[in-house]
Amino acid sequence: MIPPSDDHVANAVADAHRREWAFVLAATARVASDIDLAEECVQDAYVSALEAWKRVGVPDNPGAWLTTAARRKAIDALRRDQTLRAKLPLLVEPVEPVVGGPDEAMNDHNGIPDDRLRLVFTCCHPALAREAQVALTLRLVCGLTTTEIAQAFIVSEPTMAARVTRAKKKISAARIAYRVPDQHELPDRLDAVLTVVHLLYTTGHTAPSGATLIRHDLVERALDLARLLQTLMPDEGEIRGLLALLLLTNARAATRTAPNGRLLLLEEQDRSRWDRNAIAAGVRLVLDALHAGRPGRFTLQAAIAALHAEAPSYAETDWRQLLALYDALLQVWPSPVVALNRAVPVAMVHGPEFALALVDDLAADRRLHGYRYLPATRADLLRRLGRWTEAASAYEQALSLAENDAERAFLAGRIAECASR
Amino acid sequence: MPDDKERAMAEYLILIYESEADWAAAAAASPDVYQRVMDAHNRFPGQVEALGAKIVSGRALQPTTTATSVRGGDAVTDGPFAETKEALGGFYLIEAKDLDQALEVGKLCPAEFGGVEVRPIMVFE
Repeated sequence: MIPPSDDHVANAVADAHRREWAFVLAATARVASDIDLAEECVQDAYVSALEAWKRVGVPDNPGAWLTTAARRKAIDALRRDQTLRAKLPLLVEPVEPVVGGPDEAMNDHNGIPDDRLRLVFTCCHPALAREAQVALTLRLVCGLTTTEIAQAFIVSEPTMAARVTRAKKKISAARIAYRVPDQHELPDRLDAVLTVVHLLYTTGHTAPSGATLIRHDLVERALDLARLLQTLMPDEGEIRGLLALLLLTNARAATRTAPNGRLLLLEEQDRSRWDRNAIAAGVRLVLDALHAGRPGRFTLQAAIAALHAEAPSYAETDWRQLLALYDALLQVWPSPVVALNRAVPVAMVHGPEFALALVDDLAADRRLHGYRYLPATRADLLRRLGRWTEAASAYEQALSLAENDAERAFLAGRIAECASR
Repeated sequence: MPDDKERAMAEYLILIYESEADWAAAAAASPDVYQRVMDAHNRFPGQVEALGAKIVSGRALQPTTTATSVRGGDAVTDGPFAETKEALGGFYLIEAKDLDQALEVGKLCPAEFGGVEVRPIMVFE
């Protein structure tokens, strides 16, 4: 046999890292009973793969090869170190011993239980702070390095490392069980998982600060995670809803900024450049999720995104239907941000004056203090009413809260426009 | 393969934090409050057992007006260590199989004038 080229092997390992990390880590965690040990063994397995695959070729099922290798390393470590075995902080059902060599599991995932859901639910456990859930999910489920996660969230590397370490310590010290929640707790626990994936997407989609509006890696990871959840729990309507929401939002990503980097509003975007395949896929998922009954907040948001995506133009958007969806969304998710977003279809159906009164009422809500889209929405309504001076001062207020360069450029442009009237 | 029952249980302390002011105001307004809270605490062990967890021990504390703090080894002062709106008023030491079960116990724990904190007990190897 001709040994595979180094490049080919390096690519295969990188690919397996992206596709199989969660599977390999989750299956190894079962044997290691400890996340840190499992992580270490999985990392070692990827290093071994780089060497081994150069000699024997890339296996048909890299995930199974890596899992077997990582699990053997874990078992060896546990044999060597009695204190490790006594620790067993991660609560997992003991697993059947791995018999035979790597060959046995070489061709498929057979015999290796798919524990990715346990891993996801453990990372997103409500006893962990949201930012820790996000960091752990990226670290353990997506296999990102601490450096990468720190860069994505624009915090220093030591801060992110401390956050990850603290969360892992809590999992082990407080005994957060490594399991999929029972049916009765599933809706709440799943909502936490979906929130994390959605937060990853929105962080990538609108970078909270800095020069680029979209950080593609986070967006891609969020889509991967949503697809993974959809595969693992195909009957959950809200997962379908989330995946649809991400696809539909992402289908419009290319048209969100002008070539000079300025933010483009929905009404200014070139709809011919929207990704029609992604929209079709998203719409199919939304319809499925809606038919499943009792749509949750992600499904309803996806339905809203679908209406926008399918409208031939901003003016021809079905605003009455949108308003009905916003009303339904506010029912299942009484959030002040939803109430604020509802002002947009309200303005289209009942007029900007009516919507402005609504936004002014919302301004009293403490939870919206410092929320940059509140003054921005107010400013837009004032502008449409021709109240230029008030509009300019509301845009100023929004500008003082915005950190993203594309958003700042947009708001500065609006201020100049108001001043020239 | 050991099932849930055979697996070693872990210990957690459930710390009950309540507003002493709200307690006093409620007790002044209605003489039944004390009995209602006592009844809830009397029902609690049975509810915990039904979950598969266990109460090891539990105590109620005298109010913070009776507390004395000692700082730095010799500085004695009147009052609790930290002045907070909700003060530690009692605790239960429990056994649960994992944090989820301990949190179930925490949700059942009577604390109508505040809430509870669930802390794992440190295990020394």
